[in-house]
Amino acid sequence: MSRAVETTSPRSAEAGNWGKEVRSDVHVAFEARDSGGIETSLESRVAPYYGSAIMEQTRDVLAELGVKHARVAIHDEGALPFVIAARIEAAARRAGIALGKRSLPEQHPLPPPSQKDRLRRSRLYLPGSEPKYYVNASGHGPDAVILDLEDSVHRGEKDVARILVRNALRSVDFGSCERMVRINQLPLGLEDLAEVVGESPDLILIPKVEESEQVREVDRMIGEIKARHGIIRPIWIMPIIESALGIENAFAVVTASENVAALTMGLEDYTADLGVVKTTEGHESEYARSRVVNAARAAGVQAMDSVFSDVADMDGLRRWAEASRAAGFEGMGCIHPGQIRVVHQAFQPTAVEIEKAQKVVAAFEEAQSKGLGVVSLGSKMIDPPVVQRALKLVERAKAMGVIS
Amino acid sequence: MSGSVKERVELAHNAAGRAVPTMVNGKPQIPFLGAGKYQPRARKAAPAICSNKDYPDSGDKRVANLETALRNCGLRDGMVISSHHHLRDGDRVALMALEAAAKIGVKDLMWFPSASFPSQQGAIDLMKKGVIHHIEGSMNGPLGDYCTQGKMRGMGVLRSHGGRYQAIQDGEVHIDVAVVAAPAADFFGDADGSHGKSACGSLGFALADSIYADRVIVVTDNLVPFPCVPWQIQGNNVDFVVEVESIGDPAKIVSGTTQITRSPDRLRIAELVAQFLRATGIMKNGFSFQAGAGGIALAFVEYLKQMMKEDGVKARFVRGGSTKFLVELLQEGLTDYILDGQTFDLDGVQSIANDPRHVATTPFTSYNYHGKGNFASLVDAVVLGATEVDVNFNANVVTHSDGRLLHGIGGWQNCLFAGCTILALPSFRDRIPVIVDEVTTMTGPGEMIDVVVTERGIAINPRRTDLLHAMAVQGSKLPLRPIQDIKADIEKICGKPARPKLGDRPCAVVKWVDGTVLDTVWQVS
Repeated sequence: MSRAVETTSPRSAEAGNWGKEVRSDVHVAFEARDSGGIETSLESRVAPYYGSAIMEQTRDVLAELGVKHARVAIHDEGALPFVIAARIEAAARRAGIALGKRSLPEQHPLPPPSQKDRLRRSRLYLPGSEPKYYVNASGHGPDAVILDLEDSVHRGEKDVARILVRNALRSVDFGSCERMVRINQLPLGLEDLAEVVGESPDLILIPKVEESEQVREVDRMIGEIKARHGIIRPIWIMPIIESALGIENAFAVVTASENVAALTMGLEDYTADLGVVKTTEGHESEYARSRVVNAARAAGVQAMDSVFSDVADMDGLRRWAEASRAAGFEGMGCIHPGQIRVVHQAFQPTAVEIEKAQKVVAAFEEAQSKGLGVVSLGSKMIDPPVVQRALKLVERAKAMGVIS
Repeated sequence: MSGSVKERVELAHNAAGRAVPTMVNGKPQIPFLGAGKYQPRARKAAPAICSNKDYPDSGDKRVANLETALRNCGLRDGMVISSHHHLRDGDRVALMALEAAAKIGVKDLMWFPSASFPSQQGAIDLMKKGVIHHIEGSMNGPLGDYCTQGKMRGMGVLRSHGGRYQAIQDGEVHIDVAVVAAPAADFFGDADGSHGKSACGSLGFALADSIYADRVIVVTDNLVPFPCVPWQIQGNNVDFVVEVESIGDPAKIVSGTTQITRSPDRLRIAELVAQFLRATGIMKNGFSFQAGAGGIALAFVEYLKQMMKEDGVKARFVRGGSTKFLVELLQEGLTDYILDGQTFDLDGVQSIANDPRHVATTPFTSYNYHGKGNFASLVDAVVLGATEVDVNFNANVVTHSDGRLLHGIGGWQNCLFAGCTILALPSFRDRIPVIVDEVTTMTGPGEMIDVVVTERGIAINPRRTDLLHAMAVQGSKLPLRPIQDIKADIEKICGKPARPKLGDRPCAVVKWVDGTVLDTVWQVS
């Protein structure tokens, strides 16, 4: 299933990271043996405080994995327990043992199920190989976090990262953030699903989607795993379109499943596919962006913008995000916590818009209470779509904390 | 000199409940009595009377080298030799002087630096050779390790900048020979810190030494014709002037640019601190604040600056350690003055040299407990760091949680007298909780610490009902939480840490600003 499975199983393997620059991670060297029991060694910068706790956890994890004979050398840089467990499990699997077994860390209570059309102004990318960013991510206030298994994880580290992401989903408190996972391009992404879906992520992002069948395949697999685990809460899907063909198929992609809650795109790959240069102004991708918005709205789901990749350019980000909202997008990705506030400000309705909408809503409520079928404001009759948009805008403004 | 840590040490429990030695290096000690409780009654110490007739009418006090100067000062076994740390990790003079003392065969010196730095770890060799008996002054890095491993013959004594001035004034420490590194000096001994290739800004830490030591040697690599102005150190207090090739490594004396933290979590802490000052109304026209040169403190200044601009607020003065961030406040008209204790970067050095609104201060003006008041208590808010803080708001800045001595007190204790003392820190580092049940070493009593700001929320000391009230009236959306809640959060994430085993032999003491003993640093096993 994972990379570590070879026809002839290796006996020694390692996983994780250590070194002077490494923080909150751990490196595990694992040597499977046929006899002699468990032999462990530990070097840790937090040994005076957690040395015995780490040794105890190591024994527990190995017992859960059914490992009876092994030598395990741990080099710890202050990793939290969910990271230590993930690295030991990954190293054991790479050594060709403990296959099909898992050692799950303590369960943090799941947040309430995610609503299909919930607020998704910002989604903060967290590399699937960098656990140090996880525990404080929600403090920066994004609407969602994305535990990323795709571009931020080296090709050779996918097997290790998906175990870490699984453990993070299970035991890290992400506060009120929606918990998203970006899997790898299919078929590798299916292995990611097998590992993470059991921990009830709220949404799966599928990269490089070109055809509706890819979405259906993911949706089927999610459904199977959910059934096996008895999960009833929803797991939404957000396809990422990153090619000219994908753009052409946008509507088919977004309508491939009821579980698609939003549609987004990746502009780096898209512009590469077109053979054009990606600019800060983004004129080269105007067609694709319009197409994504139109397809999403036609399907009744959210259109989500890509990311703005210059983390130092806050003015550029603000201009980009404001244009994005004006074009019909409801949110965008953030690659640094510093981007979140600017993005939220840009995607929040203006005071004038809110005031207008509140008037319409008041008129609607008055008409309702009077049992009138027609809503009017002064001498003007208000069309039902205008009422619907106003209701949604007021509700959104409340969710954003702009009005109470 | 007596007081080796190998002797049996009597301990007493002080008002903070900490066990402290009653004798340190042969001198009887008063255990901490509580902040503001101790009132010494005596006259201040003074140096011996000297006479003009013993000094050249030409004013030229130059001698060939440090060895000659030390010999002429009558340096003998067991004496106290002092140095200042304005050249920070770039300093060459302190070690040069101690090595010169070794050359003339002197033993058992007590080295009394205003602070020591990792580049001075050569002092360890001199301790092994018996030239230095022990150090009283902050010990960073390798020197701190040497001390907590119990290898120093005497006990370390850690004092704040103000406490050092106080210890000199009340005669607890008598300096026999003071060695003053000077980026500019004339042959008479007038010295200044803000000019020359080794410019460091203020020379305030050397002031007490220059006044109270029996003998004073100025060492410079930039001899200017008389007069050297401004004379931060007055030649009238100086016995000898020594010219050397270089007093220090300019690259390590000041950093070219001081760096703001880039950690998103630390930026968030810095922003919360600034928001807190705005929400409580402390940030108002004519207010004052102090922030150090740490990454969080610098970022705090940047956030506060933005808010001051938005609200049209101007400070009357800010206190340094100055950096380019404070200099920008001055240049943009957001503060009338910088009152500067030490100068951390090139922008700071240039500003103090050229801008009359950027004023050098000393531990006497800012921190001294035996003054008729000091500036520290006039500051509205101060933003500090710490290695640990406990649920009673007691804080530690000198040791790590494993008991190793790794930092000096600096002006930290003195700053606790500000109107609002804020500790800005991450709630855990490398899995190690920063908020704990009980600090390893108490450096500041909780009664003096008002607010703890972490990335997981802001805890106000329950004693500060006025701040709690101000926040309640404001209806602030800031994440106020009891400190116990934040601690519970961290323990849930990190697990409850084991308490490292500390030895039972004292290897250093932490003095409170009034000279009483606040806590003990124990030998690490």
